[in-house]
Amino acid sequence: MATFYDIFSKYNWDDLSGKLQEITAKDVERALLANGKGSIDDFIALISPAAEPYLEQMAHLSHNLTQKRFGNTIQMYVPMYLSNECQNICTYCGFSLDNKIPRITLSNDQILKEVKVIKEMGYDHVLLVTGEANKTVGYDYIKNAIEVIRPHFSHISMEVQPLDLEEYEGLAKAGLNTVLVYQETYHEETYKIHHPKGKKSNFQYRIETPDRLGEAGMYKIGVGSLLGLEDWRVDSIFTALHLDYLEKKYWKTKYSVSFPRLRPAEGFIEPKVVMTDRNLVQLICAYRLWNGEVELSLSTRESKKFRDHIIKLGITSMSAGSRTNPGGYDSNESLEQFEIDDDRSPAEIAEMLKSNGYEPVWKDWDKAM
Amino acid sequence: MQDYLKIGDKTFSSRLFTGTGKFSSPQLMQKALLASGSELVTMALKRVDLDHKEDNMVSYLENPQFNLLPNTSGVRTAKEAIFAAQLAREALGTNWLKLEIHPDPKYLLPDPIETLAAAEELVKDGFIVLPYIHADPVLCKRLEDVGVAAVMPLGSPIGSNSGLKTKSFLEIIIQQSNVPVIVDAGIGAPSHAAEAMEMGADAVLVNTAIAVAADPVAMGIAFKMAVEAGRMAFNAKLGIQSTSAKASSPLTAFLED
Repeated sequence: MATFYDIFSKYNWDDLSGKLQEITAKDVERALLANGKGSIDDFIALISPAAEPYLEQMAHLSHNLTQKRFGNTIQMYVPMYLSNECQNICTYCGFSLDNKIPRITLSNDQILKEVKVIKEMGYDHVLLVTGEANKTVGYDYIKNAIEVIRPHFSHISMEVQPLDLEEYEGLAKAGLNTVLVYQETYHEETYKIHHPKGKKSNFQYRIETPDRLGEAGMYKIGVGSLLGLEDWRVDSIFTALHLDYLEKKYWKTKYSVSFPRLRPAEGFIEPKVVMTDRNLVQLICAYRLWNGEVELSLSTRESKKFRDHIIKLGITSMSAGSRTNPGGYDSNESLEQFEIDDDRSPAEIAEMLKSNGYEPVWKDWDKAM
Repeated sequence: MQDYLKIGDKTFSSRLFTGTGKFSSPQLMQKALLASGSELVTMALKRVDLDHKEDNMVSYLENPQFNLLPNTSGVRTAKEAIFAAQLAREALGTNWLKLEIHPDPKYLLPDPIETLAAAEELVKDGFIVLPYIHADPVLCKRLEDVGVAAVMPLGSPIGSNSGLKTKSFLEIIIQQSNVPVIVDAGIGAPSHAAEAMEMGADAVLVNTAIAVAADPVAMGIAFKMAVEAGRMAFNAKLGIQSTSAKASSPLTAFLED
């Protein structure tokens, strides 16, 4: 089967890097007219350094396109960490095998306790997260967790290790709607440096994961890269190429893009290329100008101030009140995968959205469907 | 740089596909089509006298410039289309097929349900299938999934010469497609053909507008030039028509704080 890896292999990182530097103001001005239906060349122009002086204009265009397509609404979701057991070494992650932390995997009872707290917050859409420990937190565990959680939520998303096609088909049948799988970086050598051990070190298996999800007929697939591991601009071109390929091939599936950003001094590793707030705004607006339909998602990694402003610039979904440790909602203990910056409660976020003229949407699907 | 179009096993340097109907004589048809530079010419199987091929229009198309694209015009169901396709392959020695199924004899509008069913069968049977369909983006993806070599959405009702009335849908089809998109039907003037090519269509199919022109040979040349100009403009990327930088409350001022 042909996969995105075949397309990926036709591109060269350094060529794309060079192309970014050659973009002129004229290229940017043309790309500004993409109107949500741009080419990859438009996307490259919009994220290039040459587009930086156009940021305010990009923000207005992105705001208008997003409002036209998504209205004055923001989808709300919350992560539920089921386990922090992990057999991988990822240099940037709190769950990495070499971090000496207590490992917890939630039982059915513990899962239901978390469900109760999350439901009280008002959520009807949950994102299940685990580390990668195939023996204890493999397909069977995840399938069971979905079955336990299914009666309580109308939409279930998942961010766990890549699985095989048959496993995705099984989970979709069990009630899973969405899978998020980030490539971390599309730079194959850098990827190997940051993922030296465990199943995750297989670059090709990971890059082909969205293909397996598409084949399995998943309702929604989320893509992205961990911005900062490499030059975020080139990684974003690959992410956009990946999205473009997926949208055309698995055309019945919905897509979302996330923007996890590696920031300095978080206690793990330093980013190779620092992505500033200004850069992130440019990237989010570029996605919207290029693709008017794709969902754009932002987590609580970002600051309160940044999140308050970014809701008007292209974002369509966000989390709030997140705990990134298993059992964190019920127990309030903290052994986090990454540091939360915006720690406001869902109610506070809802208030902020309303005061900006946005309606928070807690439910966007029905279990009966 | 030559900008070839590849469909199935063939490569075309002309992106103008043509038809054979409505000409006042086969001699004039031949002259006009040669002048148009067209390399793919569709003909209705119902117009071909399979027993006396030398007497009919086929003999006027025996030229190295032309590839034949038999079509199933006249059939009303998938079953009839499959039968006609097999006849065409036998008689004309090509597995290329323009699949058109229109149960409605008045406007000749294509039946999407029968077309999809027939396309699936014909692809399995080894045909290079080019289906004539409504400008329906979902149908195009469904046809792509069953393995058609290209899609041929209509610009407006066939024979109407009224241009790209389906433009908004054609844009979506072109943007999403993994197979070549050939805008078929409704192209009444070279400017319509140029417009389709500027939008990024891979080719256009023109018949009536050439056949019924006062001077079909000159019109064939006019379409040739329009298609080339439109394609060149698409590749050269059109200039900027407007920039609307709205001066209202700044959205990125928070980055300065």
